[in-house]
Amino acid sequence: MTREQRIVEMFVELADTMVEDFDVVEFLHRLAERSVQLLDCSEAGLLLADAAGALRVMASSSERSEALELLQAQNEEGPCFECYRRGTPVVSDDLALDAGRWPVFAPAAMQKGFRSVQAVPMRVRGETIGALNLFRTAAGRMAERDIPLSQGMADIAAIALLQERAVRETRGMVEQLQRALTGRVVIEQAKGVLSERARIGVDAAFARLRAHARDHNRRLSDVARELIDGRLDPAALADPARGAFSGR
Amino acid sequence: MPTDRLSAVLSAMADAGGDGSAALIDRVCLAAAELLSLTGAGLSLMVDGELRGTAGVSEPGIAFVQELQLSLGEGPCVDAWASGEPVLEPDLAATRVVRWPAFARGGVEVGVLAVFAFPLHLGTIRIGVLALYRDRPGALSADELAYGLVLADVATQVILGLQAGAAPDTVHQLLAKEPAHWAEVHQATGMISVQLGVSLDEGFVRMRAHAFAQERPLRVVASEVVAGRLRLEES
Repeated sequence: MTREQRIVEMFVELADTMVEDFDVVEFLHRLAERSVQLLDCSEAGLLLADAAGALRVMASSSERSEALELLQAQNEEGPCFECYRRGTPVVSDDLALDAGRWPVFAPAAMQKGFRSVQAVPMRVRGETIGALNLFRTAAGRMAERDIPLSQGMADIAAIALLQERAVRETRGMVEQLQRALTGRVVIEQAKGVLSERARIGVDAAFARLRAHARDHNRRLSDVARELIDGRLDPAALADPARGAFSGR
Repeated sequence: MPTDRLSAVLSAMADAGGDGSAALIDRVCLAAAELLSLTGAGLSLMVDGELRGTAGVSEPGIAFVQELQLSLGEGPCVDAWASGEPVLEPDLAATRVVRWPAFARGGVEVGVLAVFAFPLHLGTIRIGVLALYRDRPGALSADELAYGLVLADVATQVILGLQAGAAPDTVHQLLAKEPAHWAEVHQATGMISVQLGVSLDEGFVRMRAHAFAQERPLRVVASEVVAGRLRLEES
């Protein structure tokens, strides 16, 4: 498949999802995964500002704790912090040269094997609500053709965040974003519960929750809530790697 | 670094009550009243799975409006509790018949013309409701709404911190320097609730108490739980 075909396929897939009663956390995870497949980067993450103005992780291409930690550690400095405050894209072509700019973030990112980063603002009606963060293992600038596409991904993420349930409930932007962040907390709690019950890692637990939601056409946050309050048996969540529920 | 809105809330809490004698939960309400020019604010907590009583007020008269909703079983606090979403009523007099006829009548009688109720929660952990009252109609601005959400978040952390046995002044310091929303904290809450066979709220409080006792940041304790290096035992 050519790059163009893959891009078209992705936009069709994302647009399709948004027509239904979609789950914003699942949607943004998919968007982060597609970002890594389509853009010249090896990890992608989406950070969203809460009502207090603190950046919180909404989704990432990998739930590996190293990548998450880098995303979470950007409340005082780092490309996303800067991008959110300024509302413009922030680039570091070589993190080795930016240790003065980000004394905590740059060495931490390099230690995890990243050499360059890019942060693209998520904007709604002129207001920056968060940022898409792309990590690359090589130094240098991201391919020119990927720059508008990365802004397009960030724009879709912003639209999705405000679109979820917005048709039915007229909500202010800040309220809608806080709601999305609460949804993410519920999923983290469910990952912990399932991980302990099934004796698996939190990333494997997340994969099972997502697979169950997808295979049963349910919203991820509903599956998470049901697991927490005991309405859903952890044993019912099969291991996707074993091929159970391999219908799709 | 606390953000601007969080800093404003924390410093309003520190200033509240003059000599600092006001109870911590009252101070959240006092800070809300000060920051959002309210007539008053009140906080109700969950007891045995139900919203009960008044745990904090900015001034004694507010307790009446809080209790009125709970005794009638209707009102913005009851709806915010049931739905888990903020309930914003900018004109109580105009909508009295439709939404909460009994509460609206009683509220308007004592001069409450606008009510904004925010659920206190951390994911699926539900704690109570913070309600903001005004003696004039009118919606909250976007900035005021954001403050309402931050106040609700601070109230949630304060109450969970107090339940974990923290000294009131420690809770205040922690809020300023320790973000409570790292993924590991919520993951570890879920794991501990299974390990101890308790609810998520109790799981969180036990982890918080452990962190206090060990004088370690919550996030570090949570990371160890997630990595399987720390298990909380039945006490």
